[in-house]
Amino acid sequence: MFDKNKIFQVFGLLAALVLVTALLAIGCAPKEEEPGGEITLATTTSTYDSGLLDYLNPIFKEKTGIEVKVVSMGTGQAIEHGKNGDADVLLVHDRKAELGLVEEGYFVDRVDVMYNDFIIVGPEADPCGLKEAGNALESLQKLTSGDAEFISRGDDSGTHRLELRLWEAAGVAPEGQEWYVSAGSGMGDTLRMAHEKEAYCITDRGTYVSLKKDLDLVIVFEGDPALFNQYGVMAVNPERHEHVKYDLAKKYIDFLTSDEGQELIAGFTKEGETLFFPGFGLEE
Amino acid sequence: MPRLLEGILEAFTLIIRLDPELIKIVFLSLRVSGAAIIISTLLGFPLGTWLGLKPEKKTALVNKVIYTLMGLPPVVAGLVIYMLLSRMGLLGVLGLLYTPVAMIIAQVTLALPIVTGLTMVGVRSRGKEVEETARSLGAGPLLSAWTVVRESRISLLGAVVTGFGRVIAEVGAVMMVGGNIEGHTRVMTTAIVLETRKGNFEYAIGLGLILLSLSFVINAFLYRVQRGGEVHL
Repeated sequence: MFDKNKIFQVFGLLAALVLVTALLAIGCAPKEEEPGGEITLATTTSTYDSGLLDYLNPIFKEKTGIEVKVVSMGTGQAIEHGKNGDADVLLVHDRKAELGLVEEGYFVDRVDVMYNDFIIVGPEADPCGLKEAGNALESLQKLTSGDAEFISRGDDSGTHRLELRLWEAAGVAPEGQEWYVSAGSGMGDTLRMAHEKEAYCITDRGTYVSLKKDLDLVIVFEGDPALFNQYGVMAVNPERHEHVKYDLAKKYIDFLTSDEGQELIAGFTKEGETLFFPGFGLEE
Repeated sequence: MPRLLEGILEAFTLIIRLDPELIKIVFLSLRVSGAAIIISTLLGFPLGTWLGLKPEKKTALVNKVIYTLMGLPPVVAGLVIYMLLSRMGLLGVLGLLYTPVAMIIAQVTLALPIVTGLTMVGVRSRGKEVEETARSLGAGPLLSAWTVVRESRISLLGAVVTGFGRVIAEVGAVMMVGGNIEGHTRVMTTAIVLETRKGNFEYAIGLGLILLSLSFVINAFLYRVQRGGEVHL
């Protein structure tokens, strides 16, 4: 009734496959740690996707032997990971929230490490007339004319949080308006959506510069101090999470804020433009 | 179209150069998804066979649960496993978050229902008949179960292929619990997401083509096995 040999061949083969893959899987077991140790950095997509960390972290490793494992996500998610103790150090951009969380004891040693600025981009034709706006709030008010759509990140990222604060300051409630699109996506995807729909959006300069060769979008508003984008670095409070590698995290913070680290940040360019400026961008 | 062509060219360049970063990513993908499918098979085969041999009425509720889990969105699986493995979670002390082990656990939650469900369906379609025949020939319960497994091998292989296809192509769960860390937890799908986000469409398409080619090779192999087991070692 059954051809035993064939069946044994099939199952023998399967067993061999299982064995081989199992052996491969054993190789998956967490590798031995780097001699200098390693830390997990939770950061935003804007710093990682720009390539800044791929440029800084190898230099840090060479100096200290510490390997930095980077996990990039929206600022909201990064902060949540930090609060849960799933990272050792954070590099994010929501100054107000960061200071509040330090106050609440989640994080320590917060320093302003670098800044750049947000810009409003839109189609060359500028149907809403943002190029004539005198300040950021005025430019947002012009969007309410509805002559073109506005694409919001809608993902609780640092950029999205800034956008919401600006709308509030401008006295506009954009949610639910016909021209307001909440994308729920990262910066690159949001820019591409604005490009496809010939719409406006707020972006950090770094991501725009990195992607602009593929986008029919121009800068329609820039330069208002309200659009400053401050990045801060902070360590997870070791008193809250005993397992975090506070000493190594502190070394990373010291490296970023040292003269050398600051010069390295200033020297990082893409398409000939500086993406991040060292230090602190706003007077208190 | 030209961009797609550039993507195809990029794929070939990557393969020909044997880009070390790429090789690392491909191997990690295979290891993680391979381990996940093996664990799912070891658990899902016996479970599915056992359920398949039971009268359908008795397992109606379990069936529905398994069928529902077969459609579990990967990001939900990722979120659940994240909440378990996070330092604030039940298993946080193990420190498994952002490791390949965490990725394997997440993928098992995706593949296990598929392997179990499809095994159950396959066994149920012919199992009763085969089991009764085996029993009437004097086989004990274990031997007759083994006979059923042997007789249903085509659908069992189908279960493995489907489960593997699901996990190797999945991105939501491994992104959540692996974190897409370069050199540690970056797999093909998360690398594609990253490169797309960075605007490197050609590189992303190149990676996509390599992923598809790998799937093709694996499936072609399993398909041969499935065709009545004509495999010559």
